[in-house]
Parts: sequence; structure tokens; C-alpha cells
Amino acid sequence: MSGASTPARPLVLRTIGLTKQFGGLVAVRDVDFEIPEGAIVSLIGPNGAGKTTMFNVIAGLSDPTSGLVEFLGQRMIARPERSWLEPVVWVVPAVVVWALSYAAWLAGLPLVLGQLLVLVGLGVLIATLITAVVRPPWYGLLLVRFGIFKSARPNEMVLAGIGRTFQNIRLFANMTALENVLVGMHGQLRANGLDAALRTARHNREEVQGRSEARRWLAYVGLRGREDELARNLPYGDQRRLEIARALASRPRLLLLDEPTAGMNPSETSTMTALFGKIRSELNLTILLIEHDMRVVMGVSDRVTVLDHGEKIAEGSPDEVRRDPRVIEAYLGKGSVA
Amino acid sequence: MDFGLLLQQTINALTIGAIYALIALGYTMVYGIIELINFAHGDVFMTGSFVTMWLLTTLGFQGTIKDPLTLAGVLALAFLVAMTVMGAVGVIIERFAYRPLRNAPRLAPLITAIGVSFILQNIVQSIWGPSPVSVPQIIDVQASFRVGGTPIRFLSIFIIVLAIALMVALQLFVGRTRLGRAMRSTAIDREAAQLMGVDINTTIALTFFIGSALAGAAGVVQGLYLGNTVFTAGFQAGLKAFTAAVLGGIGNTTGAALGGFVIGFIEVGSTYLGYTRWSEAVVFTILILVLVFRPTGLLGQQLAERA
Repeated sequence: MSGASTPARPLVLRTIGLTKQFGGLVAVRDVDFEIPEGAIVSLIGPNGAGKTTMFNVIAGLSDPTSGLVEFLGQRMIARPERSWLEPVVWVVPAVVVWALSYAAWLAGLPLVLGQLLVLVGLGVLIATLITAVVRPPWYGLLLVRFGIFKSARPNEMVLAGIGRTFQNIRLFANMTALENVLVGMHGQLRANGLDAALRTARHNREEVQGRSEARRWLAYVGLRGREDELARNLPYGDQRRLEIARALASRPRLLLLDEPTAGMNPSETSTMTALFGKIRSELNLTILLIEHDMRVVMGVSDRVTVLDHGEKIAEGSPDEVRRDPRVIEAYLGKGSVA
Repeated sequence: MDFGLLLQQTINALTIGAIYALIALGYTMVYGIIELINFAHGDVFMTGSFVTMWLLTTLGFQGTIKDPLTLAGVLALAFLVAMTVMGAVGVIIERFAYRPLRNAPRLAPLITAIGVSFILQNIVQSIWGPSPVSVPQIIDVQASFRVGGTPIRFLSIFIIVLAIALMVALQLFVGRTRLGRAMRSTAIDREAAQLMGVDINTTIALTFFIGSALAGAAGVVQGLYLGNTVFTAGFQAGLKAFTAAVLGGIGNTTGAALGGFVIGFIEVGSTYLGYTRWSEAVVFTILILVLVFRPTGLLGQQLAERA
């Protein structure tokens, strides 16, 4: 367990001076936080300490007020810069084509040609719109060249390598277990609408391979044979496992687990904890854990970070944190440090 | 009522129902994914019929095409163009009118939808004028074959088969493909879908594309069937199709198809019994009754719950 936190290891995730304000309320204040590769890092703190806010910022759900999040050495999330410029970038070509067609009309070219130009203009507008919606990598580079920065969206963070589970299970209740895992693989699969419409070889092959891979993930978390059950019909513990399978299916580098043992009895909790260890060692994954259950945190973590009122109050190995007077005070109240 | 008449009326009902069903699918898909009643959808359908008219007249067709090969080619082209253009229009409407309001209170996009509806009507009116225009009926309306002495029009059979084929294709797409799964997961829990790597912007745009493309197909069919169109055509058809979607259970694609056919039968039935002017009243009375006794519609709500 020790050694995982030595600074020589490359960082999977790093936040620098992360602050998130909701109106007058500072939910997270100036937090520097690092997750070295291969570690199991826990984020703990009393209710309202800002854990979930941190999680949501890291996942790309909301932009921070200041500070930034780096993932695998790349700036992914920060306050947007010059984002108003983006619509200008993709409206320009449409305006140019429109001006051309207007000029053609003024020059007295035949009507059919004018109509054709309008159609071309419409086509260009649609193409630029689709580009702005799909955001291929070169489009991102183009934006950077104009000095525009926009935080990665949650789905882009997943593609970059962050998988997660939820505190209150959020499976797709009316889809089967297998389909849930297949949604998790969404970013891995490539077949587009045209492939699906034409039933191309690529679509069919991918669908078959995807299904067998999804089955393997279900088996990995111990849900063999439950592929075709609706997610809502699974027992509670299995739903938690399914969430993990769904997160693993996106082939993450970093797995965010939000209170994965909430509502579990001690024996379920210990099998779950064993699963984390197995995932870390077999899949070479880094794990960020938010947990209330201190035994889980202390048993499994390499490093623990404690938040209180949005500020980082302690950081270190489980033993160091357990003895830290500020942590004890935060959890048990003032005066309990004798 | 003898068998022949019954058969003929059934075919009529199915034909009209197929058009309503195609439009209703767009209402129900959009509602399923972003819980918006897209009041502009009927006008997307209307615009689709005008695009068909424009295409056919620009290509120089005036009436029936006799050569089967040419007919098939022109039909394919008409559907391709109308569906693609209307799909694109749907995506543009979503991008500029609805997406900026995605997190606004639900009344805001609803009013916007009504606004978009008027914008489409006014655009069409300013290009093609306020009076009805005729659409070249490239399939011979009179051509028919006989079943036990009853004439059945080829056009009706074509419309019914086409509509059912499109519905089956949609069902397969939603149920069995990667993008269909993305649509369902987005309908169930948008945020969770996003956190699983689904690009919800693309997925919602895709939903609008498919729904509007189906309305475009309905526009082609309407042109072929009635032989004319007018800029206000979207309002009534849209209202009936919306009723069909609610009747079947809004958000439910199978329900929308069923609701469309049910309304087709009600209309044809009341016309046959001599209550043509009452057909709308009957349709809406039945809607009210269904909603009183089964508020979620005939087949229940949600695209999501269809699994």
C-alpha cells in the first residue's frame, strides 16, 4: 500500500486552487489535490463539506469559479475564456456563403444558380453546426488557436478516461443489465447513424463484439447470468455492482466511486471493498473514493484527503489523518479533542 | 355494411392514420427525450409538403409518372430530399430555439415552440403565397386493383406499407443500435447518460433529426395523397397527430403509431356515418375520455419505459 503515494509516480488528476462559489456560498475553497497513478485516494469530510461539489467539477458538470483541473497532464476544466467568440467562428462561413449568393442575385445570375447557392449555404451552415455539436479534436485545436477555452463536457471527460458511479444509484432502470453496460461502452463504440441505417458490416461486427465485451464486464463484477434482467429488477447490491461494471466498460484510467457502499450491510461492504482492490491491481486503475464509512476508507485507501467547509484540512496516509486533531474536531465537534 | 365497403373504409382509415402516425412519432420522440411539446412539429410536416412540391415542379413533373422505373426513382429522391431537409430544419430549430432554453422553466420552450410554428408558417407563406398550391400527384390516384370486386388504390397500399416500414425501422433503430441506446438512456436520465460518455447534445439533435425527417416523409405522402397543400396545413394535422401521441401515451413510440391509426379510424368512421363535421369533436371527446380513465394514454408514457 505504501509507495503508491510517492511523488515520483505520474499524476492522473490534479486540481490547482480549485474554488467553486454558488452566489455568496463558497462550496469549495482553493483546494489543491492530487491523485497519483495506481493509487486509491479517498475524499472524506462531514456533510456539506464540498465533496460532491468537487466531484461534480471534476466530472465536468459545472465550471469552477477559479482554479483548474488537470487530467493526465492536460488542462481539462477551468473557467471558460472568450467563449462568446465560438459562435462567431462557426457563423462566419454561413455568412460568407449567404453574401455570395446575394451577390450572385445582384449580378443577375439565373435563379436556379441562386437557389443552388442558398442550398449550399444551408449545407455549410448545417455542416458547421454539426461540427460544433460533435466537436472533433481538430475543432478543439482550432478553438485553442483563437484563444478560446471551454471546459471539457462530462461526456468528454469520460472519453478522456474518467468513469464514475453514483451515490444514489442511477442506472437506466428500464434497460437490461447488458444494455446498461453497453451505454457505458458508448464512447468506445464507433458505429454512426449511417452504419446503423445501412446495417453495415462495421455496425454488425461492433454490436456483436460489444455485447460479448459487455458480458465479460458483467461476469467480472459477479453478475454472470443476469444480462437480460431489467436494471430496476436487480437486488440493491447487484445494482451497485452493475454501476461499477457500467463505469468499467468505458475503460477509464480513473474511477470515481461516490459512496459505493452506502446502504450495504457489513458483509456486502467487505465483498465490495475486495472488489476495489481487485480492480486496482488487475485493471491497473486509479480510484477516487468518496465515502462516509470510515472503516472502508481506512482499510482500502493509500491516501486520504479531508474536506471541511470546502477547505482541505488534512491530507496523508489513513493513519496520519486518523490522528489529525483538526479531522477529529471536524467530525466530532469542538472540544472533543481532549 | 357489406364486406367490400368495410374493406375500402378500413384502407382509407389506415392511409389517413399512417400520415397521423408518422407525424405523431416526432411529437412523442421529442417529448420522450426533453419533455417538450414541440408545437412547431406540425409546421415541419407542412414545410415538408412544400419542399416536395418545390422539388417535383423544379424537376418539371406535372402529373402522373407512367414509367415505373422513373416513378420509383423520383419517389426515392422526393423522400430523400424531403426527409433530409426537414431533418436538418429540425436540428436547426433545436439548436437555436430549444437548446438555449433547455434548463429554463418548461413554459419557456413551449412558448418558443409556438413562435417557431409561426415563423415556419410565415416563411412558407412568403415564399409560396397564402393560397393552396397543387402538388404533382406522381402516383396515379385512380390506379387500383380489385379484391373481391372492391377497388383498392395502389397509392393507399404504398402509403400504408411505407409508413409501417418506417415505424419498424425506427423501432429497430431505437431498440438495437448504439445511438438508439444513447437516446433511451438520455430519455431516462440525461445527466447520468452524459456521465457515462453519451454526448447528449448530439443525441437530442439526432432525435430532432429523426422526428422531423419522419414528418418530412409524412409531408411527401400528404402531397401525393391530397394533391395540394397550404401553409396552414400544419396546424390541423399537427393537432391531430399530437392528439394521437397523447392518446397512445406520449413518449411511447408504439403508442404514437397506434394513436395515429385509431384517429384515422375515428375520422373515417364518423365521415361514413355522415358526421363529417363532427369528426374532430368525436376525436377530441375520445381523447378526453381516454385521459380521464387512463391519464398516461393507451400504452403508458415514456420512451424510456418502453423496454
